[in-house]
Amino acid sequence: MSNENKEWPLWEVFIRSKAGLDHKHAGSLHAADAQMAIENARDVYTRRMEGISIWVVESKHIHASNPEEAAAFFDPAQDKIYRHPTFYNLPDELKHM
Amino acid sequence: MSSITTLKYTLQLADNVLIMGQRLAAWCGKGPVLEQDIALTNISLDQIGQARSLYQYAALIINNMPAADKAHLFNAPLLQEKINNQHTITEDDLAYLRDAWDFRNCLLVEQENGDWAYTVARSFFFDRFQYLLYAALQKSMDSTLAAIAEKSLKEVQYHIKWASEWVIRLGDGTAISKEKMQQALQARWEYTGELFAMNAIEQAAMQANIGVDVSSLQQAYQQQIEAIVNEASLQMPTAAWMQTGGKNGVHTEHLGYILAEMQYLQRAYPNMEW
Repeated sequence: MSNENKEWPLWEVFIRSKAGLDHKHAGSLHAADAQMAIENARDVYTRRMEGISIWVVESKHIHASNPEEAAAFFDPAQDKIYRHPTFYNLPDELKHM
Repeated sequence: MSSITTLKYTLQLADNVLIMGQRLAAWCGKGPVLEQDIALTNISLDQIGQARSLYQYAALIINNMPAADKAHLFNAPLLQEKINNQHTITEDDLAYLRDAWDFRNCLLVEQENGDWAYTVARSFFFDRFQYLLYAALQKSMDSTLAAIAEKSLKEVQYHIKWASEWVIRLGDGTAISKEKMQQALQARWEYTGELFAMNAIEQAAMQANIGVDVSSLQQAYQQQIEAIVNEASLQMPTAAWMQTGGKNGVHTEHLGYILAEMQYLQRAYPNMEW
């Protein structure tokens, strides 16, 4: 127990690259607080110009879907191809779609 | 303006960051946590990178000097012989072939890493000085030095942030961390006076408008250090006596050990490459 308390909490790091529009999960690290987490992320994950913006969130605040429920969760979407917007006839005037 | 002045001034700037970078590099693989290990290594590499730019410039000056001017530049026989034999000098020659008495770094940077608080205290005192120095050096009449200062300034801004936050964190932390931080600040403070004591090289460089009047930076330095120390709820360290010597080539016993480790490979196997 006492060992567990000595460890700094775990944080998840999200980086936005210069060309990117969204922050992408880069990895995780340990830090005492949010400020230190951002600075550690700068040192660990942006050493090679990977990004221009950093988000961090304590790992315990991330809620994930249950892998055991994956079948019920995701498989039903498999045969519903009509959900893809590929069945429309686009007018010729419309470009860049 | 004499190119010897520019050379010696450039070497002094380079020695400070090389030795500081070498000291911090010793934490590599030994940091208290992986993330801080990487942070320190990044800072170390920034400083060694600054040293490289400065040594490259110094080497260029030496290579362009008339033979008579450079016949007695260094005490180190190995390097001086190379110069006298008309070899082209490189950044590596300047880092690896000079002996302790040729180095002009301040005593602060060669002090031992000690524990985490001691490492933080040394960086805290040094980085704050570097920031003020580079900010002023941007106005140097020597355009190469001005450019190196401008590029380095961004790096130093992060170094300051790192060190200051650790001073605050430890000062504002537990009773033990506070005591250790206070002790480290007190122990390293006596090496800060030398930063602002102009030596002959700095005097000459200042008169030639290429160097910074470091004595004029002391007031701002004191205020900025004090602000962080107060924020960390620590006591401002005091010193009845400030240590000096490094800037004139009179070093503490530590520099010899640093150079022995740093220069070993090039001394044992000259021109060895990866």
